[in-house]
Amino acid sequence: MSAPTLSPSKATRPRHGHAGPTRPNSAREEFLRTLRRNISAHGFLIGAVLCFSFFSWYPMVREFILAFQKTENGKTTWAGWSNLSYVVNDPAFWQAWRNTLLFSALALVFGFAIPFVVAVVLNEFRHGQGYLRLLVYLPVMLPPVASVLLFKYFYDPGYGLFNRILEIFHLPAQQWLQDTDTAMLSVVIAATWMNMGGATLIYLAALQGIPGELYEAAELDGAGLLRKIWHVTIPQTRLILSLLLLMQIIATMQVFTEPFLLTNGAGPEGSTTTVVYLIYQYAFNFNNYGSAAALGLVLLVVLAGFSAVYVRLSRNSED
Amino acid sequence: MRSAGFRRTRRTSRASAAALVTALALTALASCGTSSSSDNGDKDSGSKGSSDPSAPLDPKTKVTISIDCMPPAAKAAELREWNEDIKTFNKTYPNVTINGKSTPGQCLEPPRFTAMLKGKSQPDVFYAYFTDLQQVLDNDGAEDISAYVNDKSVPALKDIQPQVIDVARKDGKLYALPTSNYTMGLMINRKLFTQAGLDPNSPPATWDAVRAAAKKIAGLGKGISGYGEYSAGNNGGWHFAAAQYGLGGDVVDASGKKAAFNDASGKQVLQQLHDMRWEDDSMGKTQLLKWGDLQKQISTDKLGMFLAAPDDITYMVQQLGAKYETFGLGPIPGGKGTLFGGNNYMIKKGSSPDQIKAAVAWLNFKNLTPGKGQFDWARTKADKLPVGLPQPNFFLGDSKAKDDASRTTNASMPIENFKAFMDNPIQGKAEPPKAQEIYKILDNAMSGVLTNKGADVDKLLSTAEQQVNQVLANQ
Repeated sequence: MSAPTLSPSKATRPRHGHAGPTRPNSAREEFLRTLRRNISAHGFLIGAVLCFSFFSWYPMVREFILAFQKTENGKTTWAGWSNLSYVVNDPAFWQAWRNTLLFSALALVFGFAIPFVVAVVLNEFRHGQGYLRLLVYLPVMLPPVASVLLFKYFYDPGYGLFNRILEIFHLPAQQWLQDTDTAMLSVVIAATWMNMGGATLIYLAALQGIPGELYEAAELDGAGLLRKIWHVTIPQTRLILSLLLLMQIIATMQVFTEPFLLTNGAGPEGSTTTVVYLIYQYAFNFNNYGSAAALGLVLLVVLAGFSAVYVRLSRNSED
Repeated sequence: MRSAGFRRTRRTSRASAAALVTALALTALASCGTSSSSDNGDKDSGSKGSSDPSAPLDPKTKVTISIDCMPPAAKAAELREWNEDIKTFNKTYPNVTINGKSTPGQCLEPPRFTAMLKGKSQPDVFYAYFTDLQQVLDNDGAEDISAYVNDKSVPALKDIQPQVIDVARKDGKLYALPTSNYTMGLMINRKLFTQAGLDPNSPPATWDAVRAAAKKIAGLGKGISGYGEYSAGNNGGWHFAAAQYGLGGDVVDASGKKAAFNDASGKQVLQQLHDMRWEDDSMGKTQLLKWGDLQKQISTDKLGMFLAAPDDITYMVQQLGAKYETFGLGPIPGGKGTLFGGNNYMIKKGSSPDQIKAAVAWLNFKNLTPGKGQFDWARTKADKLPVGLPQPNFFLGDSKAKDDASRTTNASMPIENFKAFMDNPIQGKAEPPKAQEIYKILDNAMSGVLTNKGADVDKLLSTAEQQVNQVLANQ
């Protein structure tokens, strides 16, 4: 590839408003020159725009239109709000939302707090931190399906690892994924384990950005570990914590893989049916694309609300 | 120049106009008099054949059709048979080019099939499940082939079971030709039956007998379950329907608008599963199983019985490495009815009349002629492929007699293991409307009794009933 040509100096460029009778030509030439100068950039840009158009924006627009359409006997007709009404009246709708919110809440309790504690502990280690970081991050490198299936074996009520461990301690075997009371909790534990590494590393990066002098000052004031965490660590990482919290809310509300693989989607008495799994069912089990799109829109609206808060917080952090 | 050349007197202009009108009128009259031939001439001119569905395919017409579900290279023997069949077919129809499309794994995976229909990318002749008809019609995906299918194009037509051909009809129009069918029965592991002191030649015919046998088999220990059942992936609801049919019950009433399973037989289905799971402990501890899970268990001698169709045996032998000798088949417990289903081929909407004729000719040769194509059991045996499974078996009368005789002569497995199933044919019943949505709801009832010792069967049934009524009201 040839080296990029230097742009002409400002002095040699025709100035707007001073070009006299040749102004239209000059403007055109200016445009062409700019185009030629950035030809590679435009080439890349067109490629990216085309990819986004075909694979992201068009499906989104199509999804929006589909939410208000119905296809019957080969004819697609305008369905108004009927898809949405169908979805809201589906007995599984509220159950799916309850389950999704429960998953999010549990995932935040576990997935938010545990990585933070692990990061704080890791941050205290003076030696072998790189090695420990690798160990914590390793589960993230496993393909999600492999991790989930591994947990499926651990949870098996007949010959799973977890019940074997309980057996050693003479504790009663649990139904884990088979019981309406524990199914969602078991799914959350597996999801937390799978995703803990990523969150821990982000917390660790935030912790390492805290100036050491603050801790030294706190120590001189006689602060112990817990007070240091409360008065230095948490205030210093507050923004990162808030952003990660929102990102986790958005991610957890789209949960699909874990319940789909661990409990074959619905779980005992539908106790692990999530909103995204319901969308999947509408589309691929019932061929009801209109309803799938309508439920997708509902989810989009809810997530857009969280995203708005996220964007607001991001701006604050930039300020 | 232009004005000079085109200048006309009023008189010449009138004469030209009259001539033009006359010519148009004569053309119109001529075309009226021979409307059909002229239409054909316009559309199928040259070497193309007639659009008259009853006329045979013109041997001079060159036709190419793409066909779904050609065996993949991994299934070498099946692929060889496919290619042989094309050669034989081309002796009669040298003008037809068959362009096979192979699919890895299953011929039809619902998500892929749905996407194909939406994208109109299905082959000219495409494979579908019996239950796919409405979806295909909703997507304007298939041709009405009623006029093309008759005693001449499909000589064995009169011998195909009416219920098998009826599922391919909608509003009196025929949209498909069958390739296979199934009815559900009780699959048993003969080895475990023998070990538990049960007679593998007499599979249990009632639920009480199933329960007693399951207890004995589970008593063998080593993690062996006596009876297995699905309760996830909509398969639980599907099996609930089959068990309910077996007891003479129904899922949806005759109007198709109301749930009909909240009755004594529905309660029996759930209660007996609950009792087998929790009182007898004969169903294993792991539940929320879906299609494929029970097949794996029975193939590894960890499961004694489950409701299944004969084609599961093919899957278990070919994909899971089991042996034909391991399995036996009895009629569905209760025996008052059973769920039936199967596969067929449809012809893509927009296919030309010649393509439809060529497709019907091929499907007749490959799938609907006793002694030929898929029913050439002597060849199947020579190719070391399974012969002797009870299904596909959609023929009646002479065709059935001929096919059964050939199947028995060439059997490559102990067909007496399926005698109980074969000797007790049970009337098949189609799946309910909105089947998958209903199955999803009934999955909850099934998982309820299989995962919760304190499950309230009445409550599970009435909740499911309300939900199914809501689904049916939304049709």
